[in-house]
Amino acid sequence: MGRGTTAAVSLGRPVLSLTGVLTVCLAALAFVAVMIGPFALSPSQTVMALLGQGDAQAAIVVWNIRVPRVAAALLVGAALAAAGASYQALFRNPLVSPDILGVSAGAGLGAVAGIFLSLPVAAIQASAFVGGMAAVGVVTLVASMVRNTDRTLTLVLIGVVIGALAGAATSLLKVMADPYDQLPAITFWLLGSLAAITTEDILPALPMVFIGLIPLALLRWRINVLSLGDEEARALGIEVGRTRFLVIAAATLITASVTALAGVVGWVGLVIPHIARMLVGPGFGRLLPVAVLIGAGYLLIVDTLARTIAQVEVPLGILTAVIGAPFFVWLLARGRRGWA
Amino acid sequence: MLEARDLAIGYGATEIGVGLSLSVNAGDILCLLGPNGCGKTTLFRTLLGLLPALSGEVLLGGTPIAAQRRAEIARQIAYVPQAHAPPFPFAALEVVLMGRTARLGAFGQPGQRDRDAAMRALQQLGIGDLAHRDYSRLSGGQRQLVLIARALAQDATLIVMDEPTASLDFGNQAQVLAQVAALVSGAAAEGRGVILSTHDPDQAFALDARVLLMKDGRPHADGTADDVLTATNLSHVYGLPVSVETTGSGRKVCLPSLGRQSAPTMTSEAFTMA
Repeated sequence: MGRGTTAAVSLGRPVLSLTGVLTVCLAALAFVAVMIGPFALSPSQTVMALLGQGDAQAAIVVWNIRVPRVAAALLVGAALAAAGASYQALFRNPLVSPDILGVSAGAGLGAVAGIFLSLPVAAIQASAFVGGMAAVGVVTLVASMVRNTDRTLTLVLIGVVIGALAGAATSLLKVMADPYDQLPAITFWLLGSLAAITTEDILPALPMVFIGLIPLALLRWRINVLSLGDEEARALGIEVGRTRFLVIAAATLITASVTALAGVVGWVGLVIPHIARMLVGPGFGRLLPVAVLIGAGYLLIVDTLARTIAQVEVPLGILTAVIGAPFFVWLLARGRRGWA
Repeated sequence: MLEARDLAIGYGATEIGVGLSLSVNAGDILCLLGPNGCGKTTLFRTLLGLLPALSGEVLLGGTPIAAQRRAEIARQIAYVPQAHAPPFPFAALEVVLMGRTARLGAFGQPGQRDRDAAMRALQQLGIGDLAHRDYSRLSGGQRQLVLIARALAQDATLIVMDEPTASLDFGNQAQVLAQVAALVSGAAAEGRGVILSTHDPDQAFALDARVLLMKDGRPHADGTADDVLTATNLSHVYGLPVSVETTGSGRKVCLPSLGRQSAPTMTSEAFTMA
């Protein structure tokens, strides 16, 4: 009993306080991000505006521009980190990102098709969401028809194939698109951005992300066991096919929802779970909340940079790559521990 | 507790073994021996219900294994794979806790009782001090012991071990083997049975096990170690002269001939089997 109790404490309490610290940091970060921008606000102005008092112009800036944008950044970062952590455990590979099964490629094709057909913004987002879900749906369907003992490898390879096909279709649409009007919009979307985000854009994505997070949180123990591989997980009493399908569906729902909102934002889902794992270890129950908090904070910082470092908006995908790629090399250089 | 009747095993259209029957009850150790590629692993996968039998059936607790859910099976059979390195640095205690999965609900988390069971299992194998160490950084022998602890925590009456001493050094082999013997006949045996595969016939003598000697997917001989592991049988199955001798302490050991002239050792056929 004595040893077991120590184990419980050492596995439990530090994480709780870590999530507490991270939550406080995130709130502070969000507050600062609301202050920063072309129309700079002082802390007291910001508090007043948030409370619906004081300067009317400040209130409009805060509630119509800054708060939706900050909320979107938090949501997208949290979602991508959660999906990335899930996919990495499921595919037993720390180099996996949420795009592994073609969700980004599918969402990209959906959005580009929407832009090509000059659809309204909401329809483009819907088309991106459907495209992302459909791509992964096709991947799982095709993989289930291929008779191979290594289900995981089959899924990944089919994901590469479907991703390549969707990429080819996207390229075709880019060639055919109007180079002055549509092509810049397509390019910008494929690099990811939260410019011009409104509360109406966020509202449909928010419940989707929460619906996706629920099974991931509930299955947190089984996701650990799945990371031992199919054979062992089955021998330990898990119906692997069903559980894996549920995790893929949830992680894909999350990724497709925020990709429809923000465009293709790379690297977050790959890098953030590593940082979280370095802090709390690989146990998914501890990993998921920490990854969500760090992911939210990270993307908030990146998006705040994206809208402030230059006269024009810098696409998110460019910044996440510029920050993420060297960081990832550093992780690799740390050797085997980098997987932690 | 486990009975296999006239199994044909294999993958899809490829038949790897036929005519395999065995049964294991509480207190039994069944040792599977045979050259590389003789079908031991495929037989294991079939016995664990991971691979459907091509014909014949596997009965677990009197019921066909094919009709049972994974969790039901896992509450009866624990599987100890060869020591491996997982992609993520779980603590040894977490790896052992995973053995409790079949006793949790679909959305359940291991609680204090599970943690205590996992800790007891580690202590029973004398490796309680490894509980909070990174499993992926343990030595091969330590990892193998952790996986055996996981099988104990799983609380199944039958434990299936795939070459538990493969790739272990001399000392670790003896240590793991002693633990295997204790699983069945020790004070805490609790009516367990064990099936293990090995490449070392001496281990079957050391464990006083029942032996199923396989060749090319068929049972070559089946019975006590003394009856099955004879010079004739071993020489035939492994394709080289083997002598079985009794040491001064009364234990039997198997000695393959290493003579260049007398032994048609690694023929090209033997290589293909590997």
